[in-house]
This record gives sequence, C-alpha cells and structure tokens, in this order.
Amino acid sequence: MRELIGLIAFIPLLSSVTLMLGAERLSRISIGFLGVGSVGVAALLTAAMGIDFLANPQPFQVTLWTWMQVADFAPGVGFYFDGLTLVMMSVITGVGFLIHLFSTEFMEEDISYARYFAYLNMFIAAMLILVMADNLLLLYLGWEGVGVCSYLLVGFWYQNSANGYAARKAFIVTRIGDTAMALGLFLLFTELGTLDIQALGVAANHRWQVGDSMPLLACLLILGGAVGKSAQLPLHTWLPDAMAGPTPVSALIHAATMVTAGVYLIARTHELYLLAPIAMIAVALVGLTTSLMAAFTALTQRDIKRILAYSTISQIGYMFLALGVGAWSAGIFHLMTHAFFKALLFLGSGAIIHCLHHEHDIFKMGGLRSRMPVTFWSFMIGSAALAALPMTSGFFSKDQILLQAYQMPGIGPWLWLGGLVGALLTAIYSFRLVFVVFFGQANTEPDRDTGWRMAVPLTLLCGLALLGGWIIIPVAEVFPVAGDQHPALWVELVSIAVPLIGVAIAYLAFYSRQLRIDGLLKAPVMQKIQSFWFSGWGIDWLYDRLFVKPYYSLARVLKAEPVDALYNFIVRLNQALNHWLSEGQSGQMRRYIASMVFGLIVLLAILVGVL
Amino acid sequence: MEGLNIPLNHILLVSSLLFAIGLLGLMIRRNIIFILMSLEVMLNASALAFVAAGAHWGQPDGQVVFMLILSVAAAEVAVGLGLVLQVQRRFKSLDMDNADRMRG
Repeated sequence: MRELIGLIAFIPLLSSVTLMLGAERLSRISIGFLGVGSVGVAALLTAAMGIDFLANPQPFQVTLWTWMQVADFAPGVGFYFDGLTLVMMSVITGVGFLIHLFSTEFMEEDISYARYFAYLNMFIAAMLILVMADNLLLLYLGWEGVGVCSYLLVGFWYQNSANGYAARKAFIVTRIGDTAMALGLFLLFTELGTLDIQALGVAANHRWQVGDSMPLLACLLILGGAVGKSAQLPLHTWLPDAMAGPTPVSALIHAATMVTAGVYLIARTHELYLLAPIAMIAVALVGLTTSLMAAFTALTQRDIKRILAYSTISQIGYMFLALGVGAWSAGIFHLMTHAFFKALLFLGSGAIIHCLHHEHDIFKMGGLRSRMPVTFWSFMIGSAALAALPMTSGFFSKDQILLQAYQMPGIGPWLWLGGLVGALLTAIYSFRLVFVVFFGQANTEPDRDTGWRMAVPLTLLCGLALLGGWIIIPVAEVFPVAGDQHPALWVELVSIAVPLIGVAIAYLAFYSRQLRIDGLLKAPVMQKIQSFWFSGWGIDWLYDRLFVKPYYSLARVLKAEPVDALYNFIVRLNQALNHWLSEGQSGQMRRYIASMVFGLIVLLAILVGVL
Repeated sequence: MEGLNIPLNHILLVSSLLFAIGLLGLMIRRNIIFILMSLEVMLNASALAFVAAGAHWGQPDGQVVFMLILSVAAAEVAVGLGLVLQVQRRFKSLDMDNADRMRG
C-alpha cells in the first residue's frame, strides 16, 4: 500500500502528458474522462492511504530513486507521509476532483479543452509533489511547478493581452518570493548540511538555541517565499489580477490549494520557526495586516471574482496569524475549511458567470435567488462559512485561531482584536455579495441553469463547507501541543457574536435598506477612502511608481546602449576623417598637381630654412 | 668665347621663368592640349638651363642631356597626342576635369 504513494502524483502527471501529446486525436468525451478520471483515481488512492493511515497512524517515508548525486549531496525523489500530508493530499485530490468535474461543464464550449485539462492535471501533480516531498529540494520542484501551471492557467485565454499581462505579473511577483526561499534553502544546506525536512528539524534543534540569529534569517527567507506564494503583504498584488484565468482555475489554484502552499511550508518547517520567536511574530503581523487590508479592499470591489480574491488573501492572512501564534493545527484546519468554502464560493461565482453571459459586475446581477437555486444555496452556505457563522466549518477553524491568538502572551489580545475586526468585515462583505447578487431586482437574465456536472460538485462542497468543521484532522502527532487552557467566556462569546453583527449590518444596509449608507458613501471623504480601498490601498500604484516605471526608464536608457557610446564615437571620428581625406582624392589632375607644387614649396621652404 | 656673352644668371632666370609659366599653365589650364603644351614649355625650360650650363663651363654634357630631353619630348608628344584622341573620344570634350572618374 505504502509504495503506491508515488502513483498518486504520477497518475495526474501521466494523464497530463497524454493530453498534451494527444490533444488533437482525443474526443472531448475521452479528454473529460482522462482529465477528471486521473484526479478521481488519485483521490481514491489518497482515501485508501488515509484509511490505512488512520488505522495505524505511523508516519513513513518512501524513497523512489536518487534524484542526483554531487559529492555527499544526494537528494532523493522521496515522499514523506504523515497526518499533515494526508490533510493536504485529501484537499488537493478531493476538492481538485470536484473542480475538475465542474470544469467539464464550465469549459465545454472552449476550443482548448484538452490544453485546459493538461494544465490542470499537471498542476495537481506538481501540488501533490509539493506536499508529499520529504526534502525541501523536491518541495521546491513542486513549488515552481505549481507556479508554472498558475502562469499557464491565468494566461489561459491568451488572445487577450491583458490576461497575458496578469499571468506574467503572477509569475514574476511570486518569483521574487521564490528567490528569497531559494536563498533560505541555500542557507539551511550550508548551515545544517541537509535538506531532508525531518533531519532538518533534528539538526536545527541540535545546532541552534531559541532566539539565535541564523534560524531567524532562514525563517525570514522562507517566510519571503511563503508570502509570495500565498499572496500576503507585500507580495499580494498578483492574486486579484490572477482572476483573469477561468473561474474553476481560480477556485482550485487561487483559493483552495496553491495559495495555501505558503501556509503548508511554514507549518512543515515549524521546528525552525519555533527556534525563531521573532520570525513567528513577523508571520503573525504579516497575516493580520494582510487580512485587515484585504478585508477593507473587498468591501468596495464590484467584480465578483475580485471580491473573492481579496477575501482569499484575507483568509490566508488568518492562517498566517494562526501559524504566527503557534496555533499550527488551527492554521491547517482553517486551510482545509477555507479550501471547502472558498472553492464552493468560486465555483458558485463560476456558475453565475457561466449562466450570465460572462457578467462579472455584482451590481448588474441581482435577484438570482429563484432563478439559480443551487447556486444561491451554495453561496448562502459558502458565505456563512466564510463569515464564520456558528456551526459552519469556518466557525470552528476561525474560532480556534482567534482564541489561540488571544492566549499569546504579550500582544495576544491585540492580535485577537485585529482578527475580530477582520471577522466583522468578512461578514459584511460576504453578505453584501449575497444580498446584492441574489436579492433585489434582476438586472440580467440568466440564459440557462446549472447542469448536473456543476450542481453535483456544488452540492458536495456545500456539505463539506457546512459540516467540515466536525472533521478532526490527524495532525496531533505532527505539531507540538498548544496550550489547552480556555480563555474567559466573554472572549468566546464576543468571538461568536461579531460575525453575526456583521451579517446584521450587511442585512440592514444591502437588503432591507433600513441603514441608509448612500449619504455616507457620497460624502467626499468617504468617496476618497472608497476609491483608495477600491484600488487595493494604492499598492499597485505604489509598485508601479517604485519598481515598474523606474525599470522601464532604465530599460529605455539602456536601450540606447550608453556603454557603446565611446566606441561609436571612435567609429564616427574615423568615418569623418575618412570622408575628409577622400574629399582630397578628387580625380582632377590639376588639383593633384597643385598639391604636389604646394608640397614642393613647403619642402623647399624647409630646406632653405634649415640650411 | 665669341659672340654674345650673356651671363649665366640671366639665362637661368629666363629658364626658371619659363618653367614657372609652364607649371602655372599645367595647374590652371583645363584643356588637355594646353596642358601638353605647358609640359613642353617646362621641358624646354630645363633644356635651356642645361644648354646654358654646358656652355658656361665648356662641357659637352649639357648638349648631350639636351638631345635626350628633345627625344623624351618627342616620345611624350607621341603618347600625349594618343591620349588626347582617347580623351576626345571618350568624353566628347578636351576638358580634363571631366576625366575625374578616379576620385575617392
């Protein structure tokens, strides 16, 4: 059974290669079967492995072959399987399978059907390698692999050059973080002599004390990689633009799996982070600021996918907050529940976009409740879970995070307060979305309802988003046990009440209209704040000024090749001399004679002068 | 020495004058026939200087060189006139400034 672990990653990879090579020869039905089936088989194998593991929870490691060998550096293609891997693999293959199934209907009219599934399967394979890798080098392979697939899928509709721009932005911005991460890996290898994750933890504990500067540096560099991939401040700007890709891609890559890779990475290397308390505080602060910033931005967006994108950034901020306060399992738990409800929301928005002539603006929707009931209920459940209403999956995970943040000595209560503000905003913007899109009067008529291939994944994800909170993730062995004391009752009550208040505000403002916010929104100051939030706090503008524009001007300067100016001057001088001298060669005999006479006179003058 | 006794200096002066006139003609005339004639003038100017020098020192060498110059001039005229015909045929004019095809 354990040897089969390699198959889980290689079946989607094989299917991807088949789809790439046979794109022209395969019928659409067989493309669908191959694309969805390979992930389905991977999901079944994962489930079997999971059952096996839960019966006998013993982590194991399988090395398939040695990747390369240079002196005593011999990273293997090896997989490590424990509770954390199981959770990640279940999310990737399970949610991935549902999204693949959804895609068969969403993409049915697209001419590049095979290319789509080839990329999507390759993504699943790379993501599985990322989470199953037993050493950081193989993890880095998967890490870059998902980056490439993200690039390919964001720019999937490449005929529109704006999509190509978004794809390049996603690729380049995450590459900045990846460079930091690569430096972190180099540092770890030179310091500890291994990249094997388990050995790394042991060696680090052996070599370093808590609070040393070396683990701090390594952790900050790895945090750089995580920040890039998980779209946290200051490298989050690529994610809202990445919504240019097909909506199921946004659901799979930019909500459920790839963007949470940073959370996984930090959780996986938690033994290093425990040695660097400052790095953990940095993780928590990055998470909290990102989560608040993105929540404010989401409040003002009009594009349904951008709202969800900023919401994703905000929720990953919560996961970072959890990691930063040492609530490892709460962070991973939120990763899982977030994958459920955010995939649900994205697929729901995909269904709306699909049935509403590719309309993205929420204010042009409205009144969809009775016309698209499945989608409506998906959105209701998804938003309830996102807002962490009691008994939904998001409630359990977010509650854990907030309570554990509160218990952190020192800045804990402040982190908790910040998290609460974020939770309030989350509830407001998610239900603003629901009330604007599904209630009120209809502005656009859907031309069809969802088919079964859309309805089934939505329904299943509804179940997971609603009940996923009852799942107990088997990570107790992986992470150190968090403090078990409960905070005061009022803290818990406030944590539960705040999302409800948010929903009430959204209800009053956007449904019953008892809370008149129009006048407030029209005020000049509010207009300014709104457009500031709408632009994502002007960060894109700032980066444009700070990096893009100077780079362009530098490129323009260098385009003229200033270094070559000296050589060009020499060339031009010679050309001028040549021109000038060749003027003398007029071909007219009289001038030659005259110059000869002139020379003769000069010679004579010299002779006379010298003599 | 019988007859006219002209000082050498005078003859050399005339010779130089003739040479200068020839050279000037060579430099400013465009017609190839005039150029050839200027050349003749220059040749004869130098020949005059040789003859005068030979007479002054009573040596036969001056007259020998004069004979040589005379034959050189004859040969030069033969070649030169052939050239004149070619120039006339090719450029339909005797203006040497037209023959500047070898300019840089």
